[in-house]
Amino acid sequence: MSEPVRFHFDVAGDNFASAGEASVKVKKLLRQLSMDPETIRRVSIAMYEGEINMVIHANGGTADVILYPDRIQIVLSDTGPGIKDVSLAMQEGYSTAKDNVRSLGFGAGMGLPNMKRYTDRMQIESEVGKGTTVTMEVFLPEAAR
Amino acid sequence: MTAKQLRERLELQLLSEPDPDRDVTGGYAGDLLSWVMGRAQSGDAWVTIMTNRNIVAVAALADPACVIVAEDSVVEPDVIALACEKGINLYRSSRTSFDLCCSIGSLLGV
Repeated sequence: MSEPVRFHFDVAGDNFASAGEASVKVKKLLRQLSMDPETIRRVSIAMYEGEINMVIHANGGTADVILYPDRIQIVLSDTGPGIKDVSLAMQEGYSTAKDNVRSLGFGAGMGLPNMKRYTDRMQIESEVGKGTTVTMEVFLPEAAR
Repeated sequence: MTAKQLRERLELQLLSEPDPDRDVTGGYAGDLLSWVMGRAQSGDAWVTIMTNRNIVAVAALADPACVIVAEDSVVEPDVIALACEKGINLYRSSRTSFDLCCSIGSLLGV
């Protein structure tokens, strides 16, 4: 059996101007692979939110996208401050973002909820002071498998 | 209705129009980018007062038919260039978001 296709990206910290570049690249790659538009939209939006979170809170990190025959997995890892209370962070509207971030239109407390909304499975592993890894999976529609 | 037709009917200022024939199927107004990302639909005309580079990334991912900057909010040349590069139709108007949405709704028969 062939190895799943993997894409790896480094997400630069504290750079809002380039934030989202990896997600836009993934969208383009998935389009080239003729994935269905709704799957592409879900994967790229979930990944963008994760990227923005890493830029806002964790001084960047890494993003890996792995294409399995039945699903797309996105793994976002950082060595930032970690999330103190994951269930609180999952609530829509809860945010610890600073005012300068909010003035750019981010920090509305929608990032993690959007990531959950747009994926079929999401797991957060976080340790305060160590970092956070978010693993998300989007199942491919039957027809695309 | 296409993005170009919408621009002409609303007399919007053209900033970038790489995809003039894109079909406009609805509308969405919002300035919180994550909120827009989570709720706007592909094909919407997205009305906002935000003009930083991230609106281009949001548009590239959420896939609206066009982005309309309301109230003559200042759009820097690098944002316009980026929109063009990413295939995003970007327009501007002196009218408010509310006012623009009323007109878009009436044009689309919403």
